[in-house]
Amino acid sequence: MTFTIPIDNGDALKNAEADSQRTLYPYVTGTSIVAIKYKDGVLMASDMGVLMASSLCKFKGFMVDNECAGSYGSTLRYKNIERVKAIGKHSLLGASGEISDFQEILRYLDELVLNDNMWDDGNSLGPKEVHNYLTRVMYNRRNKFNPLWNTLVLGGVKNGESYLGMVSMIGVSFEDNHVATGFGNHLARPILRDEWRADLSFEDGVKLLEKCMRVLLYRDRSAINKLQIAKITEEGVTVSQPYSLKTFWEFQAFHNPTAGAQGSW
Amino acid sequence: MFRNQYDTDVTTWSPTGRLFQVEYAMEAVKQGSAAIGLRSRSHVVLACVNKAQSELSSHQKKIFKVDDHIGVAIAGLTADGRVLSRYMRSEAINHSFTYESPLPVGRLVVHLADKAQVCTQRSWKRPYGVGLLVGGLDESGAHLYYNCPSGNYFEYQAFAIGSRSQAAKTYLERRFESFGDASREDLIKDAILAVRETLQGETLKSSLCTVSVLGVGEPFHFLDQETIQKVIDTFEKVAEDEEGEAGEGDAEAAAAPAEQGGGGAGDQDVAPMEM
Repeated sequence: MTFTIPIDNGDALKNAEADSQRTLYPYVTGTSIVAIKYKDGVLMASDMGVLMASSLCKFKGFMVDNECAGSYGSTLRYKNIERVKAIGKHSLLGASGEISDFQEILRYLDELVLNDNMWDDGNSLGPKEVHNYLTRVMYNRRNKFNPLWNTLVLGGVKNGESYLGMVSMIGVSFEDNHVATGFGNHLARPILRDEWRADLSFEDGVKLLEKCMRVLLYRDRSAINKLQIAKITEEGVTVSQPYSLKTFWEFQAFHNPTAGAQGSW
Repeated sequence: MFRNQYDTDVTTWSPTGRLFQVEYAMEAVKQGSAAIGLRSRSHVVLACVNKAQSELSSHQKKIFKVDDHIGVAIAGLTADGRVLSRYMRSEAINHSFTYESPLPVGRLVVHLADKAQVCTQRSWKRPYGVGLLVGGLDESGAHLYYNCPSGNYFEYQAFAIGSRSQAAKTYLERRFESFGDASREDLIKDAILAVRETLQGETLKSSLCTVSVLGVGEPFHFLDQETIQKVIDTFEKVAEDEEGEAGEGDAEAAAAPAEQGGGGAGDQDVAPMEM
């Protein structure tokens, strides 16, 4: 159950060559994930859009948040990326941030789950174990100044108990009844704090998630109107087919958006 | 087993397909003082006989806590046992730290067995001279395993190892079918009675045995002398009472003398290497 981590050369933090061996800024990224516990398990929503940063210019020594300080914006490069994947029998992993790092994490987890299955002894990794394993991985990478540039959401059900947790790229990790990454933290969680209940039915849970995703669609420029909602219960994982939300653009404010700020030219 | 020309190296096979050094290592286990383990569906009890080398010294520690949900009792070279217990504790805590979840005892036992096997296939090593009774919990309930120096491990409902363990084993063989559904108290009582079997007539006192329990909702811990003495009192009284009371204790008192002859490696005393 070991995993290999890329080894930096000695002066890893200082010389230019070493920089090419560790992540300085994300390049191909996914946006928010929103997830909630509900009556039978966990629901997780993500959109399918993935951006690619354009023409990066390097700013040495900066560690910045979601956006790269040195890029000239980004392109909506991929519109069919699944950012929520099933892990083993009991867990669901959603990721925002660098997609290649997400794929790397999926490879680590693949090995983990494979070894767990090879034991063939009636014991299996539950969502709590996977969450803690990921926390260790993310934190250890952060300590080497070579982070996996993702915020991960881990949800699952085992032995009737639902579990939902989050790990950030610096190894900050916690559990909650509802979590969100990126812009979702600012736009979706206030809605969830008001409207989440422990006994949400599947339909109500989906409605609540759609409400959050709609706000994100309006307000997060990296979001697109094509989303998937994944469900995990004791029985297993189901990922919905991609679909779109209905949007309304006839608000007064949208008709003449610059009315309040007429420029002189 | 007599000395022969194939027993110098652990890496030498005999013509009949035996590794004598490994078998000699298993003899060392039989020389150690007795250790007993039994389990129900939800609890595991490990008990052992406390033998001190002399009246002046304290007795050796033979039962170790590996984690809240795993304990191990050893028989044989105590030094080897101590080192392996440290290994087990290390494995358990590393798993706990990475996964925030207790290491399933079945997996620990395999790690231990693989470690023992290495010593049977290196010319510069020797097998561990200690047998381990590992009791613990995992998702499927309570388990008891026996790891031997050969690198084999077996799962048991109940088992005894060390000198005069045959007496205990005979007792356990008679009673094991009831262990699965036994209550925690009955399981402890059976463990102490099995220890008594190995003492062969010596009066059973709480100072002579160490008993540990772990179970669902109950982390590994040792029973204190008082508790053990109370359990002993419940059946010793009945045993002394020779007026045909049909208690278990009575039947045990009658059976005990008959069992005196059956030690694992004969009636030898505890070997000096155990100290």
